[in-house]
Amino acid sequence: MSLGLKAYRTFRTALKALRRNPLRAILTTLGIVIGVAAVIAMMEIGAGSSAAIQKSISSMGANVLSVRPGAASSGGVTFGSGSTTTLTPEDCEAILRECPAVRAAVPLVHTRAQVVYGSRNWVPTFIYGSTPAYLDVQNWTVTEGAPFTDRDVANANKVCILGQTLVRELFQGESSIDKEIRIRNVSFRVVGVLRSKGANMMGMDQDDIIVAPWTTIKYRVTGEALADTNQSTSSSSGSTVNTLSNLYPGGQSDLYPDRSDVQAADNPMPVRFANIDHILAAARSTKEIPAAIDQMTLVLRERHRIRAGEADDFSIRDMTQMTTALSSTTTMMTNLLLSVAMISLVVGGVGIMNIMLVSVTERTREIGLRMAVGARGKDILQQFMVEAVVLCLVGGALGILLGHGGSQLVRLLLHWPVETSPVAIAAAVLVSASVGMIFGFYPAWKASRLDPIEALRYE
Amino acid sequence: METIIELREIRKTYRMGDIVVPVLRDVSLTVARGEMVALMGTSGSGKSTLMNILGCLDRPDSGVYRLDGEEMSRLSADQRAMVRNRKLGFVFQSFNLLPRTSALDNVALPLTYTAGHLSEREARRRAAEMLGRVGLEDRMDHEPSRLSGGQQQRVAIARALINQPPLLLADEPTGNLDSRTSEEVLAIFQELNHKEGITVIMVTHDANVARYAQQVIHIHDGMIVERTSGQAGFHAEEAT
Repeated sequence: MSLGLKAYRTFRTALKALRRNPLRAILTTLGIVIGVAAVIAMMEIGAGSSAAIQKSISSMGANVLSVRPGAASSGGVTFGSGSTTTLTPEDCEAILRECPAVRAAVPLVHTRAQVVYGSRNWVPTFIYGSTPAYLDVQNWTVTEGAPFTDRDVANANKVCILGQTLVRELFQGESSIDKEIRIRNVSFRVVGVLRSKGANMMGMDQDDIIVAPWTTIKYRVTGEALADTNQSTSSSSGSTVNTLSNLYPGGQSDLYPDRSDVQAADNPMPVRFANIDHILAAARSTKEIPAAIDQMTLVLRERHRIRAGEADDFSIRDMTQMTTALSSTTTMMTNLLLSVAMISLVVGGVGIMNIMLVSVTERTREIGLRMAVGARGKDILQQFMVEAVVLCLVGGALGILLGHGGSQLVRLLLHWPVETSPVAIAAAVLVSASVGMIFGFYPAWKASRLDPIEALRYE
Repeated sequence: METIIELREIRKTYRMGDIVVPVLRDVSLTVARGEMVALMGTSGSGKSTLMNILGCLDRPDSGVYRLDGEEMSRLSADQRAMVRNRKLGFVFQSFNLLPRTSALDNVALPLTYTAGHLSEREARRRAAEMLGRVGLEDRMDHEPSRLSGGQQQRVAIARALINQPPLLLADEPTGNLDSRTSEEVLAIFQELNHKEGITVIMVTHDANVARYAQQVIHIHDGMIVERTSGQAGFHAEEAT
């Protein structure tokens, strides 16, 4: 007999045997149906939620890379990150132009100053100067009014957008649009209000913010436009914290090599160039963060004329904390679902084994008869194994339909995000077949070991 | 006459704890091909055990059993299953039909285990033919619960015949039947025996049933005590 025909016959025998007691077959397989349905539904809903969580975490700025200038050091005293002034707006443009993994890049200058409106005043945590693309990098939107424009940046117009906290503190419920506020005696017109964002991961209020064109902040508010100004030595507050650097010669090499007079005459270099405090860049996706870092490093080293072997005069940081949180959330979610899946399938498998054992006992005479008419032990083993596997596969198929239907129902009624997962379906089929084999084996083995004489005599 | 069954000094004992119960004590027996033999004896006489050994369901502790010239007592379980499938047909007192399974499928059951040659259609055709031979061509799709006792036993006979075995073993085939259907069933046995030359061995304790056999073998306490010619044998001899 060909193998196919034999397989067909065994399969048909199993189906017939199951059809003889349909109610029991259904009850038996119910455990698997529910188990697989739960797995599929959980996987689909879980995958949907996981994707949604990933999306919301990345909207918190998980893809944001921050470029800061290196630390200045003078006479053994290091002034900390951001104390040299090596980043320029042109660096930012170059990054945007030359790094394919970077979606957006904006320059950033910041200061700390008192903001005054009418009789009220407030010192916001952040006063940022940037470009309109800042909102895109931070996944932020304006709820009222409109963001300032690139033209505002080019003209250093005195416009700004406010965070919710400032609106609350300065305007106390009034509309802030088109009102004039003063930052260090420079008058700014409010053009927009930012959506509320709450605290960041450090617990800082992100809504306590003013964003204005960086040129305005740079040239009109802080007034530090000169390239050779060391931020740490002449801080905006005019304090004398780092006067030591005046006493001792600076430890760092000059930003640009000395040039001869001829060189200078041939290729005049702007004496003034604007420096910015840091650059914010957004990678195209979480996966492309390492590529973006590499590309940015390359571009900046070239632009800053740093030779091979020399240390970077800047540092690039990613939001490691967030990306870790992101991946650990996903992993935990998957593991949780997997353990739930395992438990429900084992329960289903035990149900199968239980009923198969009952079935073997009940069908003892049938087994005896089959042996009397020529069934070998392995024929009986095969028959009961196939029955168990068919039960599990049918249960698995029903479970897939039920689970998928359930998750679609959840999507339609509760509007939860759902993602169909072909992997889960394949796994469910595979697992239900293996459950059938594992838990069907013992009853089938028991059946195959029956003595035909005893079995025929069994009442 | 060619012998189909040859038993020599078959011995079988059962152990129940420390007690050893001899069931068959040096049973020797030959049955010629084409004979119809009744095994008679009271319960506990060992006739069922002898039947099991003849049916290759059990193995003797010692002795020689040749079926169709082949030694059976040393075969493995799988080999004996093959012999049961090919050379033996069983008819039981309680029919042993699969419930909720059509008569046709019941008859075709042994073909499932025939390492074989038969297509599905051929198997069904043969099962239908066997049912026709026992007069149930109009009951092929009936389940056992819708058949009378006599009809059920006839389905069982058809099942026993499906692989065209040379030997039919019947264990109290009429034990669950009334006298009229018993006669029908026994008539079928006789017909098979006469027309097709199938050797039939019946276990019974009913002398009326034994009448149909050519030979009656009486067993008592695990030994053959008497071998007589049945009436059928007498008639058959008379006829020839």
